[in-house]
Amino acid sequence: MMPESRREEGLTLTSEQKRARQQRNVAIGLAIGAFVLLFYVVTIVKLGPGVLNRPL
Amino acid sequence: MNSMSFISESHTSRNEAISTALPGDFLALLKPRVMSLVIFTAFTGILIAPVAVHPVISSASLLAIAIGAGASGALNMWYDADIDALMRRTQDRPIPAGRMHRDDALAFGLVLAFFSILTLGIVTNWLAAGLLSFTIFFYIAVYTMWLKRTTPQNIVIGGAAGALPPVVGYAAMTGDVSLASLSLFAIIFFWTPPHFWALALVKADDYGRAGIPMLPNVKGPARTRRDILLYTLLLAPLGLLPYFMGVASLTYGVIASALGAFMLIFALRVYRHRSGPQASRCAMQLFGFSLLYLFVLFASLAGERLLVISGGQGI
Repeated sequence: MMPESRREEGLTLTSEQKRARQQRNVAIGLAIGAFVLLFYVVTIVKLGPGVLNRPL
Repeated sequence: MNSMSFISESHTSRNEAISTALPGDFLALLKPRVMSLVIFTAFTGILIAPVAVHPVISSASLLAIAIGAGASGALNMWYDADIDALMRRTQDRPIPAGRMHRDDALAFGLVLAFFSILTLGIVTNWLAAGLLSFTIFFYIAVYTMWLKRTTPQNIVIGGAAGALPPVVGYAAMTGDVSLASLSLFAIIFFWTPPHFWALALVKADDYGRAGIPMLPNVKGPARTRRDILLYTLLLAPLGLLPYFMGVASLTYGVIASALGAFMLIFALRVYRHRSGPQASRCAMQLFGFSLLYLFVLFASLAGERLLVISGGQGI
């Protein structure tokens, strides 16, 4: 647990900074999701049924 | 300064260091209008490739090329923030307008460049990825950092970066660089000087304020008008290359001839009208028509390739 005195030294974001950070976080999340989906689809297209054909 | 005031000031500066940039500001870093031109020309490069590629692969390639172009835009805005602040045309960009820190633009550009090159390499081949990385390197290191501020030939040599996307698109599909894709490179390369110099004739004051040695500022408007005409004389026949190489039909050849003739007429008007509002009007008309020229030329090439593909004759 952070002591009270230390907590007071921490940064306090303005409402504008908080809102901007939240929007950036959502955008980064969507971009990462799209990137993962892109690689998933490309993998399926490139390998087809072969995606399951691997040594166990 | 006592310890409390130090902490207080430190807090203030650290707090200011936290960005208020919105996702829209990061999108603006990608230069969406330039990106749309890159997507369009790269798409044409993809379509003229004589191979059948799954649409998902070609779409993913196009996305990677577009993101690579966006990365170039972000890195350009990172480096050019000082001169962007001096020009009316660019002073509302996210960094000079104070909405974003330069370091954020640098990090954003580098991350996008890395992932776009990696994605193109994995999805298609490493020749295409190498060409994309060369394009980004050329645009940033050769054009932005070196040529732009040192020579009036900046946009002539630097134009190679803008001309490469169809070559990258073609290479992504075939793993090769052909004369057909190089013909598209040549068209964009020789189109670039008349396009930018027409704008530079009108915006000479803006460029002068930022100390950018554009041709009208360094060699004067007369020399610029002559060079615009010379490059347009080279461009008009080059537009026919895809037809003579068998990549495009006679219909394309006719369209390219007409567009080349009109481009030449507009360049001649710029050459003749040298002063007053008529001179500026002619320069802006050439600038506007040059955009239409490239759009219609590539659209007709892409359109007839799409017709061939949808007709089941293969790509």
